[in-house]
Amino acid sequence: MAHKVLIPLYGDEVAPRFDLAAEVLIAVGDGSSQKRNESIMVLSQPSSEKLCQLILSEGVDTVICNGIEEEHYQYLNWKRIRVFDSVIGPWKSVLERFYQGGLKPGEIFKEDMGS
Amino acid sequence: MNPTRQRKSQDAFTAAVNLQSMIDEIPVGVALLDKDRRIMLMNRILEALTGFSRKEAEGVPCYHIVRNRTCIKSCPAMGMGPGSESESFESDIINRDRLRIPVQVHLAPLKDAADHWIGFLETIEDLRPLRDLDAKISHAYRFAHLVGRSPQMKKIFQILPIIAQNDSSVLITGETGTGKDRVAEAIHQASNRSKGPFVKVNCGALPETLLESELFGHQKGAFTGAVENKPGRFRLAHHGTLYLTEIGDLPLPLQVKLLTFLDDQVVYPLGSTKGFQADVRVVAATHRNLEQMVRDGRFREDLLFRLNVVRLHIPALRDRDDDIRLLLDHFLNMLNSRFGKKISGFSKKALEILKTYAYPGNVRELQNIIEYAVNICQEREILPQHLPTYLTEPSVDTPEAASDGGVPTSPTVSGVDTSKLQSEGRTWADVERRMIMDVLVKTGGRRNKAAEILGWGRSTLWRKMKQYGITST
Repeated sequence: MAHKVLIPLYGDEVAPRFDLAAEVLIAVGDGSSQKRNESIMVLSQPSSEKLCQLILSEGVDTVICNGIEEEHYQYLNWKRIRVFDSVIGPWKSVLERFYQGGLKPGEIFKEDMGS
Repeated sequence: MNPTRQRKSQDAFTAAVNLQSMIDEIPVGVALLDKDRRIMLMNRILEALTGFSRKEAEGVPCYHIVRNRTCIKSCPAMGMGPGSESESFESDIINRDRLRIPVQVHLAPLKDAADHWIGFLETIEDLRPLRDLDAKISHAYRFAHLVGRSPQMKKIFQILPIIAQNDSSVLITGETGTGKDRVAEAIHQASNRSKGPFVKVNCGALPETLLESELFGHQKGAFTGAVENKPGRFRLAHHGTLYLTEIGDLPLPLQVKLLTFLDDQVVYPLGSTKGFQADVRVVAATHRNLEQMVRDGRFREDLLFRLNVVRLHIPALRDRDDDIRLLLDHFLNMLNSRFGKKISGFSKKALEILKTYAYPGNVRELQNIIEYAVNICQEREILPQHLPTYLTEPSVDTPEAASDGGVPTSPTVSGVDTSKLQSEGRTWADVERRMIMDVLVKTGGRRNKAAEILGWGRSTLWRKMKQYGITST
């Protein structure tokens, strides 16, 4: 099943905070690597509200992030967007795990960060 | 340092100091970072503050665990080297419970015995207690965030410091919205444990299977999905206070485990036979009638006896004599200041309505009503039309206590015809639902504006609309 996933970025990693992310990755695809489309969008300024608006306007159904405030987490949930929070690691590894169906909130990809 | 003094300090210990044990005793969050800002060690206070265990954090860049605003925007450590001065700054973090916490951060380069730069020492202090200090004025009508001048509240203000100073478990009872959470926090802040963590757990919020692990922790392999050891809230509250709200919702098997802890102060994580001696003060709260639950077999009598050592009952607002007027003025002043308004007071008619209303939702409901009125009011005083319409409807709301076997309350309500209170029991949920509907009608369905008027975040309004089945358009 295809998903549209948004990941706030900090370099090559999932951004530490949803409200401070200046760029995001939007990925459309499913488990098969042939059918994926990934693009990075730079935001005019970091803002949780604007990011939530973007998530809705882009039709994102899944958000993978690290730190996010309860208010925005609940809002996205209410809008039926699945949120995996407290995820730490390089976005590529995280996304791959998501497509494999094994990603859980709170997962830390230590080996992939070289630690 | 004088070389002679330096030699003496090195000779002070004949064996290596256990660094982890040492930093665990420091009453602020501490992390030792390597040159790449990865966490090498962190102490218990920082575990409690961030929600991450030291095992999870080890080797991970600090900004992913502490999530400090300043470090993400422009980390001072980036420009630091062996000769750099330490830096101190205010910032905020978002912890694993999705809470934003104001903090004071101190960052310093760390050197080895040969004076080579090896990393950083970071200390993180939770500023919430200090931010609340201005509310801790010794004032006739206040104790921390609690406001009241009725004899009932004066008695509580007198007892609270005494309760705070001893280490006994406390059971706080009272209806929803009476301020039990504030009382628990006030006890912690007035106690010798105020520098330690204040950890809150809502016993009604999680299913039993998750609650046991959340409270007591678990051992790796204890159940499917337990891929590593988890400390548990008791461990995180070590040297501090563990606040168990909705204790009446604690499942019976966990009541046994809590009782065991209260008896011998040892915590046994799920799946482990090895206990941890936890120095934790337990404060519990409930709006339920625990005595009735004991009679029904839903709450252990021995646990109730154990918790009942110190019992504090927060009276319902309608039983607090003149406090309604005091609170109306208090919240009006507070909200005038917050919203930059200059509302001078209440009209006679509005005041009559507000003073005779029964407030099934207690102080929380009163605050919501005033926040609603302050947002709506564009005049110099609050008039009846600025109040939520459910206040002026003919049927008067009855206390929530009557419908769910909650804490018994006084039958008299000052200034209200008590015969009206015997009608059908409208709960706080009914009241809240009605308030939301009123505001949505007033704003023509505009939810952003409705949230603003109610004084809630948008997500709070949406969550409550979903909870009450109010359809979104």
